[in-house]
Amino acid sequence: MSELLNLFLIFAKVGVTTFGGGYAMLPILQREIVEARGWATEEEITDYFAIGQCTPGIIAVNTATFIGYKKRGIPGGIFATLGVIFPSLVIITLIAAFLQNFADFQVVKNAFAGIRVAVCVLILNAVVKLFKKAVTDVPTTVIFCLVLAISVLTNISPVFFVIIAGFAGVIIKSLEAKGKEEQK
Amino acid sequence: MLYFKLFWEFFKTGLFAVGGGMATVPFLQDMAARTGWFTTEMLVNMIAVSESTPGPIGVNMATYTGFTVGGPLGAVIATLGLATPSITVILIVAAMLKAFRDNKYVDRIFYGIRPASTALISSAWITVVTICLIHIGAFRASGLISDLFDWRNLVLFAVLWLATNKIPKVKKWHPLAFIGIAAAVGIVFNFAG
Repeated sequence: MSELLNLFLIFAKVGVTTFGGGYAMLPILQREIVEARGWATEEEITDYFAIGQCTPGIIAVNTATFIGYKKRGIPGGIFATLGVIFPSLVIITLIAAFLQNFADFQVVKNAFAGIRVAVCVLILNAVVKLFKKAVTDVPTTVIFCLVLAISVLTNISPVFFVIIAGFAGVIIKSLEAKGKEEQK
Repeated sequence: MLYFKLFWEFFKTGLFAVGGGMATVPFLQDMAARTGWFTTEMLVNMIAVSESTPGPIGVNMATYTGFTVGGPLGAVIATLGLATPSITVILIVAAMLKAFRDNKYVDRIFYGIRPASTALISSAWITVVTICLIHIGAFRASGLISDLFDWRNLVLFAVLWLATNKIPKVKKWHPLAFIGIAAAVGIVFNFAG
């Protein structure tokens, strides 16, 4: 039970420190889940984000469910998810009840203009860490460059890229394995 | 009855909005038009609040809408409605992954997916940069390069990048410390105005 409570609390901490959507959660996850607790590896976080992008729902919620499940099965998934949404529930309910014009205050606007720059730096650092783990040879470099170029220039759904890249991975690795067998 | 409908509407949003918090916006527009629960102006306000508070944007939007429509209980029900499809689908996928973890094909699939996922996150980062570091709107309106870049943003970006990568000890700080510093800098130097 205390482990479930711990999952809830850690993900509540992740939720309250995530400013600006699911991607901003990435640096916090690397810090709290990978580095501080070892609940998941850098690679697993990348996998969860990939799956989170092509399954229904909010990426942050999907990632929390994944890590919670890995740690403590179905109850773990549910507690981690409730944890990540709990701060939102409290904060937004208070703002909606008492401070409807919250986002119009000059001090809030200024603070968030600054925060967005910090989030920009933190996501960049997080992406560099992922890049070092995921892009390790020629085929993965090609996949990275192609997906980056096409996704920046077009509006194609991430689902498409993830599926194609999955197939590409199977084909490339199978050909490599076959090549090695023939060499023998 | 209202609560049941709220749950159902957000359940549908959670089920069909694929890929990130902002994917919920078109569903909320549609919801506003069909149910009359809130107006487009209120939706704009909800987006602003959701972006100006911690937490996943999609969750914030659901909470805000739920509260507007049905008070505190409405907030809880709308948020749970949004999260229910995610939890269900991910628990199924996670159980399947666990069962097939040692399968060499799963390994190969993720070998291909990881660089693609990293590229998609990089692409999202580029979008974030175009919103928070450079001002494409102002540049298009005036055509002046000086309007494209806000030097204060660039300086803060450079300082934070150095602090998080190059300065020993400081780079080990919790990300929240840098967020706090940036908020203070934003307030002191009037970043939004």
